[in-house]
Amino acid sequence: MEQTAQDQSTGLYTEDMTLSVGPQHPSTHGVLRFVVKTDGEVISEALPDVGYLHRSIEKIGEKVTWHGYVPYTDRADYLAAMFANQAFCMAAEKLAGTEVTRRGEFCRVIACELNRLASHLISVGTFGQDIGAMTPFVHALRERETINNLMEEICGARLTYNYVRIGGVGYDILPETCARILEFLDHFEPIVDEFNRLLSGNKIFIERLAGVAVISKEEALSYNLVGPNLRACGIKWDIRRDIPYSVYPELEFDVPIGTGQVGVVGDSYDRYWVRIRELHESCNILRQCLKMMPKGPAIAKVARKFRPPVGECYARVEAPRGDMGFYVLSDGSEYPYRVRIRTGSYTAMSIIDKLSKGIMVADLVALIGSLDVDAPEIDR
Amino acid sequence: MQAPEIYARLEKQFAGRVGDFKGDVLEPYLSVDASNIVDVCRFLRDGADLNFQVLSDQTAIDWPKEEKIQLVYHLYSYVQHHQIVLKVDLSRDNPRINTVEGLWKVANWFEREIFDLFGVVFDGHTDLRRILLPEDWVGHPLRKDYIEQEEYDGISTQRAPLVEKLLR
Repeated sequence: MEQTAQDQSTGLYTEDMTLSVGPQHPSTHGVLRFVVKTDGEVISEALPDVGYLHRSIEKIGEKVTWHGYVPYTDRADYLAAMFANQAFCMAAEKLAGTEVTRRGEFCRVIACELNRLASHLISVGTFGQDIGAMTPFVHALRERETINNLMEEICGARLTYNYVRIGGVGYDILPETCARILEFLDHFEPIVDEFNRLLSGNKIFIERLAGVAVISKEEALSYNLVGPNLRACGIKWDIRRDIPYSVYPELEFDVPIGTGQVGVVGDSYDRYWVRIRELHESCNILRQCLKMMPKGPAIAKVARKFRPPVGECYARVEAPRGDMGFYVLSDGSEYPYRVRIRTGSYTAMSIIDKLSKGIMVADLVALIGSLDVDAPEIDR
Repeated sequence: MQAPEIYARLEKQFAGRVGDFKGDVLEPYLSVDASNIVDVCRFLRDGADLNFQVLSDQTAIDWPKEEKIQLVYHLYSYVQHHQIVLKVDLSRDNPRINTVEGLWKVANWFEREIFDLFGVVFDGHTDLRRILLPEDWVGHPLRKDYIEQEEYDGISTQRAPLVEKLLR
């Protein structure tokens, strides 16, 4: 401990306290740790310590075949496995020039948007819990449970889907399932309003978040924040809209951005509120997809020994935690030469040290929750 | 702006100091000499109509046959909606390059990861430590010739093949 300041009246020195938050701590959402230096309640430094969940997914990519790597991508971010599936398959398809069937594209978008709902529900639910509101978390998980059931119907798995394949999707979405998804949407959309009454408009919740840990546009760009965190700073940037992929150009949806409605643009509340509004947008996209989905095969014919030509490519999708990029290199063999996964949580994590200077310990919890960082996605 | 135009702009600014441009591939890239990386990046970030405010990704690839480690920078501009890929070749024995942390803050963490997994040293980096692996880990796993240490901290990293385990 280092001596910091001398109290004038008593002549005693006060000391900075070094505190270890995590690796097992409810507010860290997974296994990550902060080494926090505090002077009383005020933080002077919060150094993130990551890597507890490093499973070398990138190295594994060099050892398994292209098809065989898809289940591994699930594990990069287990709350949004579908997006990693899709990003990797998009990269492989781009490299080999494989066409995806039209029904396959719609199946992907439906599965992805359902997954986004599930992931955002976890995010806003646990965020409420971090701030001290226990009940909304249970409500969010209850709805997520229905989505998990739907996912199980679509692809047989509830968390790590392995659904998207190179050239399309593994299984077609049956008409009965489509009907059940619609039924769920009818039930779910009013629930979001209920959630708003319960949490978003709650005075204590707002006061804990408004104006806390404000991120400016410049900082957001320099630290390469992506997804809802970037949009909360007032930058209208969504890969679904700006670097269109799949069938998103045919769909109509809004890109919500932070407006600073209870505090300042780019504060913790804005980041939360962007996610809530994205729930509505995802429901909107799902309804359109279910209406537009054509008949046809769900997957194109792809060689079992998939060997893309020598080359490299970078594919990005808009995951719940923002820009998820797969940079893949092929040397013409059955195995990728290099797979690189760029994730939103990794970059979001790097800004925490900067933002935590001078804030209170309780606000650090709000900051981590509002950035929606996900430990497995950081460490890969 | 398309990649060839961006390359032309760079050629005009840094006559002869920017390397080859490869435009006939899926994702056009240009090679940059390691000594010029910060200047080129600064020009790309601040130059008129270029506006590459975002370093989307920074990573490395190991090429043991060519005796080189290649750094790859993916830049993107939200204003102009264009992108460019930069590649820098470093020697495999002593890979060193200047940091671009001063231009994009996120490079701090990207470079720490490259240092951790590839062993590339970034001169001028403010906090060059391992990030994903423990600080006393030996070797850089994403290099192609990496051999895992047999044990770490008294714990074996080897695992008997599953069949043998079942037979025992």
